[in-house]
Amino acid sequence: MSEHVITPVRTYVATFVALLILTAVTYLVATQDFGWLNTPIALAVAFTKATLVVVYFMGLRYNTNLTKTVAIGGFFWLTILFGITMSDYLTRAWIGVPGR
Amino acid sequence: MPNFTNSRASTSLGAGGDLESQKTMAASHASSAGLSAHGHADHNPNLQHHFYSMDQQLEASTLGMWVFLVTEIMFFGGMFMVYILYRHLYPEAWVLGSNHLNVSLGALNTGVLICSSLTMVLAVRAAQTSSRSGQILHLILTMALGSVFLVVKYFEYAQKFEHHLVPGPHFDMSLPQANQQQLFFSIYFMMTGIHALHMIVGLGLMMTILVMAWRGKFSATYYTPVEVSGLYWHFVDIVWIFLFPLLYLLGAHLGAHGG
Amino acid sequence: MSTVATQERQSYLDAPYGLASWLLTKDHKRIAMLYLISITLFFAVGGMFAAGIRMELLTPQGDLWTSDMYNKLFTLHGVVMIFFFLIPSIPATLGNFLLPIMIGAKDLAFPRINLLSWYIYVLGATITLAAVFNGGLDTGWTFYTPYSSVASNTSVSTAAIGVFVTGFSSILTGLNFIVTVHRMRAPGMTWFRMPLFVWAQYATSLVMILGTPVVAITVLLVFAERALHLGFFDPTRGGDPVLFQHLFWFYSHPAVYIMILPGMGVMSELVAAVSRKQVFGYGFVAFSSLAIAILGFLVWGHHLFVSSQSIYAGLVFSIITMLVAVPSAVKTFNWTATMFKGSVTWESPTFWVIGFMGLFTIGGLTGLFLATMGLDIHLTDSYFVVAHFHYIMVGGAIMAYMGGLHFWWPKMTGKMYSESGAKASAILVFLGFNLTFFPQFILGYMGMPRRYHAYPPEWQVLNVASTLGASVLAVGYLLPAFYFTWSLVKGAAAPANPWGAKGLEWTVPSPPPTFNFDEDPIVNEPAYNYKPAREVHVA
Repeated sequence: MSEHVITPVRTYVATFVALLILTAVTYLVATQDFGWLNTPIALAVAFTKATLVVVYFMGLRYNTNLTKTVAIGGFFWLTILFGITMSDYLTRAWIGVPGR
Repeated sequence: MPNFTNSRASTSLGAGGDLESQKTMAASHASSAGLSAHGHADHNPNLQHHFYSMDQQLEASTLGMWVFLVTEIMFFGGMFMVYILYRHLYPEAWVLGSNHLNVSLGALNTGVLICSSLTMVLAVRAAQTSSRSGQILHLILTMALGSVFLVVKYFEYAQKFEHHLVPGPHFDMSLPQANQQQLFFSIYFMMTGIHALHMIVGLGLMMTILVMAWRGKFSATYYTPVEVSGLYWHFVDIVWIFLFPLLYLLGAHLGAHGG
Repeated sequence: MSTVATQERQSYLDAPYGLASWLLTKDHKRIAMLYLISITLFFAVGGMFAAGIRMELLTPQGDLWTSDMYNKLFTLHGVVMIFFFLIPSIPATLGNFLLPIMIGAKDLAFPRINLLSWYIYVLGATITLAAVFNGGLDTGWTFYTPYSSVASNTSVSTAAIGVFVTGFSSILTGLNFIVTVHRMRAPGMTWFRMPLFVWAQYATSLVMILGTPVVAITVLLVFAERALHLGFFDPTRGGDPVLFQHLFWFYSHPAVYIMILPGMGVMSELVAAVSRKQVFGYGFVAFSSLAIAILGFLVWGHHLFVSSQSIYAGLVFSIITMLVAVPSAVKTFNWTATMFKGSVTWESPTFWVIGFMGLFTIGGLTGLFLATMGLDIHLTDSYFVVAHFHYIMVGGAIMAYMGGLHFWWPKMTGKMYSESGAKASAILVFLGFNLTFFPQFILGYMGMPRRYHAYPPEWQVLNVASTLGASVLAVGYLLPAFYFTWSLVKGAAAPANPWGAKGLEWTVPSPPPTFNFDEDPIVNEPAYNYKPAREVHVA
């Protein structure tokens, strides 16, 4: 099965170097003021790093589609928690109090 | 009335489905390359009785660990939800709080964990290639790096205590937006504290694996526990990958970072 | 394949022998029995708290207990019944026992984790009992902040840890079931040949995995606020109590589906068996379990209608709550259609089936009243809500649990119980239940708040009726203790298939041997294949 693929060391080292570089990137970007963009950039870098870890270090690319679905499903489910909860707070001002 | 017959026979949700890889009375095939496909004939002593092949056991274990990691995602996710809401409500206090954190130590810890992920994956690879010495070396390195992380964390926490930044009766209420900064530090301690607890559990896990590796239990035909422990370790790394920018780097562009 | 039970064969009950072999078992069937004993104990504990509540409510004055004591009674009734009885009940007993056998596996994917889940349950229960005896808990099972995190003088911290720990029992069970269903089905056991009970357990497991960790961190945050002075939900420190409610109900609404979905799975099995007929619309019933599990995660805001939640968000939650009723209705219609022109016999499981269908329907329909935001403003926190959820959880889930317990008792224990005793129990439970909870709909409609132990005198008649019903209900639940115990001692030996039902579990002896099957089964017929004369058409 797929688990018998043995990733070469250089792939792992390349991923490692990429992660370190991205860490430096996130630090450097944070020291500059990009206004509201700082947060999305930081998150984008973090997601990229996480994806590298998941795909290469955790070997998800070699796992079954089921395992991949499970992993992605977990992250997706968080967006339900975040999105719907924030939709409460962000929409409270939309409809006024009845009677006023 | 619906007729569920053999037309469904090759359908199963999820690839790598059981039907193709199931042992039938007669068939055996290449899906378990390199290992015996006849469950009963599989003499690997590590094969548990309720599984019929090492492949099935490894696949089930990997899937099981990923399902567990999903629960961890939701567990940390609850704390991220708290972070998101209060950052939305109190953005200035969040920046003020973040400026009290030591970015250098945070960055160092990030690097340390990334290194430990590399050594971890090399330990798994050593098990896959039946290298006992490789496993031992890399597991020890991983544990050492994990310990460094915790030591650095300890020093960070100690600094917070000194500067009266621990929420509760001793919190420095003279700070601007003190209550909201206290909220920031509550979340800081909760998130990094729970993360650190997971690191400690990870170290315990690594110690167990190290002892088993020392005894020569893992090789190319059986390395499931190493792989599965590696997944856990990488996940703890991923959590920190998100914690670092979200907690430490909010005010970095304002130039101030203290201890 | 069929094997007639041979007396010489050792069942899972006999071999190996001794207490240690039970406490260190890896056999899913033994773990199921361990759970059965534990949850029955907690059912009794929760029932005693209920008795305390109902006795107080016999009179309009709050004269039996102090207000503080009454707060503890209803809180602990809720905590014990939900976390220590209902949530584990069907999954940990019937699910653990039957799921591997139903799909043709020798055990669950992770037997030691299964045993661990029981020990975690026991640990969590012990911690919570420590809280009960050491100050109690008076926050309501919902732990609302800031009362729970700041103001309450009871053992909130301990109880929070107890609930936290117990959650992992649920998580590990769900994890085990998911991996088992995906990876350990016997050859030929495709997804669409699986018993609907397995589909329901699978859907339940999804909910357990995705929801329980959130309540775990939530109660841990409450603990941290209380014990470590961290601030999260305390408004005097900038915290938001409504955030707690969001986090809490993100789990606790799906939790009610953890409680009902397995019961629906049991119902599918029982309906097919007592009607001797293929379940009508198998595919619809299977997918409706998944639909309930998924939609159930999108509706939690209907618990927050009056909490200052955005009205706009409330509207969306209201609509989706209406939608989540649809798959439940689909199941109910399909069970009814299964029984229509089926060959229904009046065995004891049939009684529980009919009881469930009627009571669950009432409970479900009253949920629609509460889903309507405009109505909920008046009905929230009234006895209407109490009646609604008891109709579903007791009239629905517990009836299904009892039905399943009876139906599979011969398989699990190898003994036949008294049919007349069982029928009497079912009738008493049905009558007692309705007498207990139907008046509460009326009381809620008239405005009686929940969690109050004093009320205006004009409501006494209905409250007395309710308490009377509770007494009958208690007798109905006590009866099985007697005839089940009697069956273990003096019951007739059960054949492999006493009900003439279809399913892999009925092809193994009663009780089954330790590894379930002598030869690995190969499945080549659909589920509920009740018409043996029908040709299995090979496409």
